[in-house]
Amino acid sequence: MPKIIVDVMPKPEILDPQGKAIGAALARLGIEGFREVRQGKRFELKVHGEITDEVLATVRHAAETLLSNPVIEDVVSVKQKDCGNGGGCCGSEASADALAGAAPNGQKDLLA
Amino acid sequence: MTARIGVVTFPGSLDDRDALRAVRLAGADPVSLFHADADLQGVDAVVLPGGFSYGDYLRAGAIARFAPIMDTIVDSANGGMPVLGICNGFQVLTEVHLLPGSMIKNEHLHFVCRDQTLRVENAETAWTSEYRAGEEIVIPLKNQDGQYVADEHTLDELEGEGRVAFRYVGWNPNGSRRDIAGITNARGNVVGLMPHPEHAAEPGFGPDSVEGGRTGTDGIAFFTSAIKGLMAKA
Repeated sequence: MPKIIVDVMPKPEILDPQGKAIGAALARLGIEGFREVRQGKRFELKVHGEITDEVLATVRHAAETLLSNPVIEDVVSVKQKDCGNGGGCCGSEASADALAGAAPNGQKDLLA
Repeated sequence: MTARIGVVTFPGSLDDRDALRAVRLAGADPVSLFHADADLQGVDAVVLPGGFSYGDYLRAGAIARFAPIMDTIVDSANGGMPVLGICNGFQVLTEVHLLPGSMIKNEHLHFVCRDQTLRVENAETAWTSEYRAGEEIVIPLKNQDGQYVADEHTLDELEGEGRVAFRYVGWNPNGSRRDIAGITNARGNVVGLMPHPEHAAEPGFGPDSVEGGRTGTDGIAFFTSAIKGLMAKA
């Protein structure tokens, strides 16, 4: 079933107390080598039927209206998933305010 | 005429009853309002109470902000009706953009519950006119997502326009920017704060004070301020 994935992260300038606590816990476990941990949110929206540009636009609207609070969070990416053959077919779509460094394509490779 | 002050119950509100009680103790008629109704039943002012509306799912206040009653409240607030957001109610007011900024998890990640000293920075809002500017009051504070954040420009604007209504004194319990405990809109009719004035409204049930255990009633003036303002207009 086609899904759209929305990733939301706290804005870079906003402190992330949860990420900080996770980073400290990693260090306590001896899992080291990370300068910083930040925690975000991932939403998976299953779609009725085909994912069209219109559906993606609706999801972007949802992402900016309810899924994120623009005062403290950025919508890092809005992209579709579950195309089946694993390579380059997902038509990654970054939202207008995606962070330059977020690299949705790189993220997809990691998830594959 | 007696002022009528409504208190909205959302799924997961906890302090709606206490707020209704504080309204009554202050001398107004308390009116229960329900999130799913668009009708404000002709109230003169509204309190959004504390609690965990919709379990704080997504973000505190994020789902409650879309309740049918909120559209009416936003319209009325823009028309000058006094609106007070306490704790989760403050979070709802920021999510619905009646007040700037937002609340994130406390810096130290702990839930805090304590009697908190605040300084009244602005005694000219609809909810603070019965205080003196600079007055220190003690009311309970209890939250986990109480760290007030906003960008520097917004913070400077709030400071410059005297819209920081309350500041934490002695200890900043959640890491809020510039020790901000509560703010107001430009018009002064909408006020939001994290601490709970409704829990310091009746002797025997408030914070400890110099007069004895649980005797503190520093919060009642929020409600008498609103009533006085409404009466003056009537």
